[in-house]
Amino acid sequence: MQRFKKQTSWLTVIGLSVILFVFIVPFVLLLFNSVKANKDITSSPLTLPTSFVFSNYSIALDKMNYFHAFANSVIITLFSVLFISLFAAMTAHYFVRYDTKFNQYTFLLMVASMIIPFQAIMIPLVKIYGSLNMLNNKWALIFMYIGFGCSLAIFIYHGFVKSIPKELEEAAMIDGCTPTQTFFRIVFPVLMPTTATITILNVLWIWNDFLLPSLVLVDPLQRTLPLSTFNFYGTYTVDYGPLMASLVLSIFPVVIIYLFAQKYIIQGVMQGSVK
Amino acid sequence: MVTDKGVWSRLRLRLLFTGPTLFAFVAVMIVPFLYGIYLTFTNWDGISTTQSLVGFQNYGAVFKDAEFWKSFGLTLKYVLFTVVFINMLAFLLAYLLTKGLKGQSFFRAGFFLPNLLGGIVLGFIWQFIFNNVLVFLGQKMGIGLFSTSWLSDPNRAFWTLVIVAVWQYAGYMMVIYVAGLTGVPGDILEAASIDGANGWLKMTRMTIPLMVPSFIVCIFLSLQRGFMVYDVNLALTKGGPFKSTELVSMHVYQKAFLSRDYGVGQAEALVLFLIVAVITLLQVYFSKKMEVEA
Repeated sequence: MQRFKKQTSWLTVIGLSVILFVFIVPFVLLLFNSVKANKDITSSPLTLPTSFVFSNYSIALDKMNYFHAFANSVIITLFSVLFISLFAAMTAHYFVRYDTKFNQYTFLLMVASMIIPFQAIMIPLVKIYGSLNMLNNKWALIFMYIGFGCSLAIFIYHGFVKSIPKELEEAAMIDGCTPTQTFFRIVFPVLMPTTATITILNVLWIWNDFLLPSLVLVDPLQRTLPLSTFNFYGTYTVDYGPLMASLVLSIFPVVIIYLFAQKYIIQGVMQGSVK
Repeated sequence: MVTDKGVWSRLRLRLLFTGPTLFAFVAVMIVPFLYGIYLTFTNWDGISTTQSLVGFQNYGAVFKDAEFWKSFGLTLKYVLFTVVFINMLAFLLAYLLTKGLKGQSFFRAGFFLPNLLGGIVLGFIWQFIFNNVLVFLGQKMGIGLFSTSWLSDPNRAFWTLVIVAVWQYAGYMMVIYVAGLTGVPGDILEAASIDGANGWLKMTRMTIPLMVPSFIVCIFLSLQRGFMVYDVNLALTKGGPFKSTELVSMHVYQKAFLSRDYGVGQAEALVLFLIVAVITLLQVYFSKKMEVEA
């Protein structure tokens, strides 16, 4: 029996390795081909590079306006995620502690709205914000992310705020904290693990989002990384080297962060889904 | 917890705590959604500042738009296959990766990797794989199936979308199933073993029924993502060849922003919303009925 178990576990490992290989091999091929000359890519896409054409990278960096797009992506993601977490935590806390009919219905409306797909909103959104002259502005985009992201965040926070004992907050109030101080000194720190989950879910979404920024940010200088990758790939000639390099460049920052934070990222996704 | 400190200070507190989210929520979700319903009754062309009401004309146009229904049918087919394959693979991976193998967190991290990247990048990577790598392999090794690019064949291009979706989301759903599987109490499985239940019986009679919540979440997520997919579609096939892979989300985009038929585009978006809402609610309703307590 023991021996049988060992054998099946070896078979499992081999099977999983084969699947993992299929999962990873596209990235490896991409990396190899990003330093090859165009003719080597078409004549032998599967081999290791023999001569290194690093100019692929400099072309891609330059034509994608990489550092600019990267900075745009960082600013948009950072502020959106910051505001979503902070404001959603405050709202969820308020909804739980001041359990009026109005708050219950507002909360229900927010939860129900999660089923509305972005496609049903995008056309009026472009029309309204276009006529207000608010397109092409990073801060308008950040504002939109707050609007789209707050429902789920409030929903997740709501569940956790309920588990915080009321006595904790009452003690703080007796000691002289105002409701605002109570929130920032007591509640928000306690909510830290939930904030981590919400941050991870929102970073994954906002950093990679394409459709919303493509509708809002028209000016090339405002482009985020996905937009600039798309634009570069869509307009550049069929010179595969720089194209491969551009993809590696957009993957690179994410993979670096993943190497350090993978445990937290996977945990965050796990916790975000169970609620 | 409500302290009686006068109406004004309570209003200030409410504004501070709920103001920013409610304002953004109403301005970005509610107002555009309602305005979108209004737009479906107008003939706005995207340029003129005025538009006139046209009644139900746009909805009539939706039902006559054969391309919309074609792309909707295609999307249904896409959703069916992706939901089934994603969840089967995800569950299998999760099952194998909760048995305490050495290096299972390494495997989990690897399978999750595609979810870190946006659909645009994934679409372009696979475009390269399908157009160059597989064609190269097919020609070198004489595999007829791969010797021409799948992306230029209307019948096969559809399957490239399914393959990429499975590759993209199996890892994400796997993580959710792992959470579900680790939540199944070990003692009842042990009790079943003592009573003589084999692995298959334990799986179908205990584990799967206890994991209904995980299945609800995963099927819900893969349904939603399947219906709404846009960026992978755009980067991988652009809807081609000959519109054979134009999924419904892309069709709505084209209708509104490229053909400048905003009223019809918005009406199609709302029809899509209603159908998807009904399908997902039915799914959640029926799966909730199957839930059991451990």
